[in-house]
Amino acid sequence: MSTAEAVAIIIVLAMTLYACSGLADFGAGLWDLAAGGRAGGRQRRALIDAAVTPVWEVNHMWLIFMLILCWTAFGPAFAAIMTALFAPLTLAAVGIVLRGASFAVRKDAARSGGRHLAGWLFGIGSVLTPFCLGLTLGALMTGGVPPAATGPAPLTVTAVLVGLLAVVTGAFVAAGYLAAEAGRRGLPELEAWFRARARVAGAAGLLTGVAALTALYFDQRRMFDLLVGRGWPLLTIGVLALGATFWLATPGRRRGLRPAAVVGVAALVLAWAVAQYPYLLPFGLTIEQGAGAPATMRWVLVWFAVAVLLVGPALVLVYTLDQRDRLAEEG
Amino acid sequence: MSGLRVLAEPFLAEPAQLLPARQQMAFTLMFHIIFVPIGVALPALMLIAEYKGLRRADAVASKLARRWSHVAALTFAVGAASGTVLSFEMGLLWPGLTGRFGEVFGIPFAMEGVAFFLEAILMAVYVYGWRRLRPRTHFLLGLPIPFVALAGTFSIISANAWMNTPSGFTVAADGGITDIDPGAAIFTSALPYELSHFVPAAYMAAGFTVASVYVVGWLRGHRDRYHRLGILIPLTVAAIATPLQLVTGDLAAAGVLADQPAKFAAMEVVTEPGGHQPEILFGRYDSATNTVHGGISIPGLDSWLAGGSTDTVVPGLSQFPLDERPSNVNVVHWAFDVMVGIGTLLFLLVVWFAIAYLRRRDVPRSRLFLYAAAGAGVLTYVALEAGWIVTEVGRQPWVVYGHLRTEDAVTRADGVWVSFTVIVLLYTVVGAATVATLRAMSRRWRRDDETPDDAVPYGPRPAVPPDAGRAAAR
Repeated sequence: MSTAEAVAIIIVLAMTLYACSGLADFGAGLWDLAAGGRAGGRQRRALIDAAVTPVWEVNHMWLIFMLILCWTAFGPAFAAIMTALFAPLTLAAVGIVLRGASFAVRKDAARSGGRHLAGWLFGIGSVLTPFCLGLTLGALMTGGVPPAATGPAPLTVTAVLVGLLAVVTGAFVAAGYLAAEAGRRGLPELEAWFRARARVAGAAGLLTGVAALTALYFDQRRMFDLLVGRGWPLLTIGVLALGATFWLATPGRRRGLRPAAVVGVAALVLAWAVAQYPYLLPFGLTIEQGAGAPATMRWVLVWFAVAVLLVGPALVLVYTLDQRDRLAEEG
Repeated sequence: MSGLRVLAEPFLAEPAQLLPARQQMAFTLMFHIIFVPIGVALPALMLIAEYKGLRRADAVASKLARRWSHVAALTFAVGAASGTVLSFEMGLLWPGLTGRFGEVFGIPFAMEGVAFFLEAILMAVYVYGWRRLRPRTHFLLGLPIPFVALAGTFSIISANAWMNTPSGFTVAADGGITDIDPGAAIFTSALPYELSHFVPAAYMAAGFTVASVYVVGWLRGHRDRYHRLGILIPLTVAAIATPLQLVTGDLAAAGVLADQPAKFAAMEVVTEPGGHQPEILFGRYDSATNTVHGGISIPGLDSWLAGGSTDTVVPGLSQFPLDERPSNVNVVHWAFDVMVGIGTLLFLLVVWFAIAYLRRRDVPRSRLFLYAAAGAGVLTYVALEAGWIVTEVGRQPWVVYGHLRTEDAVTRADGVWVSFTVIVLLYTVVGAATVATLRAMSRRWRRDDETPDDAVPYGPRPAVPPDAGRAAAR
């Protein structure tokens, strides 16, 4: 394995972790939007708040880490993606500000009206960001980004469907996490509410996934062949794990839901990565061609080792403290 | 007619994306910078307060620490969101920079990513661990935060210093970048003076701003121990940082003179190179005739400040071709004068504070001092933003000094005006909401002061959120 490939793997890992941390980022906002009126949705929103608050900032860091690595290791490809997908990526950034700032502000807003508005903006941002990031991934997969991009990438059906898939998968995973979280806190009513949502989102996810694959077949046959050809074990694992998550979201079961969801999402992201290998920008630029200088690549790898040593224990600490209820808002 | 031309000039910039891209970057950076000192220096203030609280069983100090940590958490969240936008913008607005030089200057940014990650984790533990962690454990877990924040500052300043004094690479004959040396890219010649000038600035901004909040309360008659500590802790930190800042500011000016003579000439509006240069305060530079109108001129002072003698030869704008002069000399010069002016005023304030405190061990009584201290928070921020303008606008027309012009780095994508407009609207709402929320927090705290149970900062909290608990009981 070359250094460039190793760095590409690190970037894919960061993407995977970002996708798996649905608890923090992409899905909870949708349920916050759908939680119901001010009175009816109170408990649901309180649970979302309590579950997400201590860890959401931490989970968000994967995205920043990924962006920085992209431009350090694969600068020209990063520039091409940013140019070709200027509009969706700008909207993704807008969504991140909406989501992050409104979520932070909501807890301490003075009046219920302000809290309500902040909640709306949080939800909108929380849907906008995964949609736009998914759209970007979809456009990339269908070969919409040439290495020397100067204009916008064509908007394909695949791209839109991958965007939707990101939203729905996030919603599914988040509902699963929140159901488990409600179970852990001994709140059966909320648990049932989120379990039901998880099932609906799971069904929608399956439909969207099939639709996205079908669209890919027509939009970019070569990528489709790679995805179902060499990516089939991962696709199978993904579908099985998400199916297991769906099954685990039945009343009375609690264990294994979150690991199953993590495995399912991770497998789908990795299936894409395996299918796209060795291309950075399908099918015009390979990882080797797009890689920065060897010195930079080596430096990134060494630094990654340091980062694992520094961030790893800290991450274990924060998640352990969180799951042992040592972290919470002051009541 | 010429006035009209000057007004229209920026709009005729080539390519058409250049103006909105520069405006958007400036706007988002200036917004983000508001949150930087809070992220860098507020953790130190809260840990000092917590240490005091633990050491002397001082409930008032502990309460301050806890409240500051909440402010830090809110501003950290908004700062993280606006910082993410900057990461996007590096590619969205400046693909020519990240595409060509990402492999060189991305190296310090990658370090920043890790430092910021650690800071986010430790902040989460600190802010949400008040109730359930043992006090000592809580303090010890918080202790690395200021150092991690400094590591993050080092990385970002290193990346900026690289843009000002790029090194660690060679440009080949075909224009490609070769011989990348990560060490040389991190430690460039501007790093020592930029870093040593920025860190005290962050501590000053955080210190003066936090203190000014309690000074306002003090002026309104809340002369209790809570407000006294709320003034003395941050003001002492700012008082230590301010004299340092004057020294490092002098080093920075000398460094810019050596590294970026055109920027130095713009800062001091030196039109013709030579000795015996006067120090011109404010005034108006005319780029068409290369002359300065108005302003206060102090003979020989600029040369003397630059080299310790009025004979010191200082670079002048005329020695640089028109298209290599900073594109907006007046902005750079005025920002420089504002920064130095405010820094000097704050130094006088600090001297006053030091003398008064050493004599009476308390907040100075003079109302003039209190009014000045109340305004010091905003003033440091003005100085901080002005300093940033000097560094960044002064580097123009280069984005990588001497190697890449801003117009060659800018995106060719359409819609930058639209994205700029959307961002301005969004940030206006977010900024207003953040300020409103901070005010709401402060009002709530003021009400809570009247309830006695708040006196104990550590203690059990309800096992489930109050609302969710009610749901379970039903």
